[in-house]
Amino acid sequence: MYAQLVDTGVKRLKTLEEMSPQERDFQQKIDAEIKIEPKNWMPEGYRRTLIRQISQHAHSEIVGMLPEKNWLTRAPNFKRKLQLLAKIQDEGGHGLYLYSAMETLGADREEEIAKLHSGEVKYSSIFNYPTLNWADMGTVGWLVDGAAIVNQVVLQRTSYAPYSRAMIRICKEESFHQRQGYQILLHLMQHGNEAQKAMVQDSINRFWWPALMMFGPHDSDSPNSAQSMAWKIKRMSNDDLRQRFIDQTVPQLELLGCTAPDPALKWNAERGHYDFGEIDWSEFYDVVKGNGPCNRDRLRTRRRAIEEGSWVREAASAYAAKQQQNNAAA
Amino acid sequence: MKQNQALFEYLLRLGDSNMILGQRLCEWIGQAPALEEEMALGNLALDLIGQARSWLEYAARVEDAGHSADELAFTRDERAYRNLLLVEQANGNFADTLARQYLFDQYHYHLLGALSSSTDAQVAAIAAKGLKEVTYHLRRSSAWIKRLGDGTAESHAKMQQAIDEIWTYSGEMFIADEVDRVLAAAGIGADLDPLQRLWEADVQALLAEATLTCPPLEQYMQRGSKQGLHTEQLGFLLAEMQFLPRAYPGASW
Ligand SMILES: [Fe+2]
Ligand SMILES: [Fe+2]
Ligand SMILES: [Fe+2]
Repeated sequence: MYAQLVDTGVKRLKTLEEMSPQERDFQQKIDAEIKIEPKNWMPEGYRRTLIRQISQHAHSEIVGMLPEKNWLTRAPNFKRKLQLLAKIQDEGGHGLYLYSAMETLGADREEEIAKLHSGEVKYSSIFNYPTLNWADMGTVGWLVDGAAIVNQVVLQRTSYAPYSRAMIRICKEESFHQRQGYQILLHLMQHGNEAQKAMVQDSINRFWWPALMMFGPHDSDSPNSAQSMAWKIKRMSNDDLRQRFIDQTVPQLELLGCTAPDPALKWNAERGHYDFGEIDWSEFYDVVKGNGPCNRDRLRTRRRAIEEGSWVREAASAYAAKQQQNNAAA
Repeated sequence: MKQNQALFEYLLRLGDSNMILGQRLCEWIGQAPALEEEMALGNLALDLIGQARSWLEYAARVEDAGHSADELAFTRDERAYRNLLLVEQANGNFADTLARQYLFDQYHYHLLGALSSSTDAQVAAIAAKGLKEVTYHLRRSSAWIKRLGDGTAESHAKMQQAIDEIWTYSGEMFIADEVDRVLAAAGIGADLDPLQRLWEADVQALLAEATLTCPPLEQYMQRGSKQGLHTEQLGFLLAEMQFLPRAYPGASW
């Protein structure tokens, strides 16, 4: 999930009786699976929660370009270089598309980006891990885009219509990224030398747990989930999404001929699911707090891009203003 | 010089300039002044690297020595690279990048225009396809030269400085050697003299419109890339771009 800890500002759900007539009307629409459009009335908490979630999601797409950029200039051949560049471009497009969905809620893109840069708003913890070998370009596509899809397929049914529409469009491209990433790994495992195969296993060892953390804390530790579920912004719990991801990923892992760094991972015929070990939550919270291996780098890069580009943006507006004046005079 | 040998050299020049400029533009990802600009630079890189691939695939066929386009791009050393000195220059600030881009686009546009009617059907086809993309590249970079030149005092100063700094690398493409002469005579390659006149007129007009001063056309122009003599910039770029194929010789990716 690209939005891991979204605060709804609500500690306890209101019952229908406690709601104002407007709120009750809204909740009944949600319950009837009627999508909310920008022009419809909505509770302030719903609007703020969505802005937080969509902005986190958009920031994640943008910051997520950086770990892949790290290998773009070292991609080993034409095919891989062009694929990787096209994927990074897609992620930028997702970011832009999500920022527009967010703006339909009255939020301002620049203000929200400023919140990202000040550390007030987060992006997915996964992008604070470094990409250390070429196989990471496969693993990121396979596991990171793969985990994102599991979450986003469900978000296609989210209650806010512009967000839902964004998810439908984005999911198609994310599935493509996931397959492309998997192909990179499969190729290395099937046609690579020993060093290349070792890269793949090393990469999976490093990304496995962080990918599982993308779904956020256990349901029991997600104080905001109940309200988000009631508003149908969220449609499935963190733990259920994580289980679904593991169940569909393990067979792909086996097909690669690789292993996960989790001795507890095994099929449970009784549950009809894979059992897996406990996530190191202290690592998760450390990374969320800013202590991941790349938190500082990622934010510094984004901040610098915007700061160093300010003279360019000023020039563009000054020029546009002059043109407008000239046109008016003509 | 045999025509095939000349054609191979010529195709390397075309492919390498696109490849190296595409690689430079990739370096911008994550650092552009605005998201929309970053996407535009990325699309530009996609086009250029795609064109490089077409030229080098053809070069590999003409060479007929069992090399693939990948091997030509990702294992050839600096002295065998034939890209223009202009495109290997570092990104610098946004104005530096746009100065480099515009001066190249303006040349690339006329070059592909000429090559679209090459007597070599393959050259003509690749050029015609590329021309559509480059027409757009030129429109975009021209617009930015005007915006920055005629934007704020700061952007004007930066744009002027960028043009002045890179200018010495802008004339090499018009200095013909035997390869150019052999292929121009056969109607395969472009005649560089008319190209230069078109380029000079366009550049002077655009810089004037952008309220910028065009440096003297007769200024000394750096040269050497047609013989594989580059600036110190290229070695580092190749070290990065070719790292994997060089570290794992013969590996498949
Ligand atoms: Fe994405
Ligand atoms: Fe996404
Ligand atoms: Fe993706």
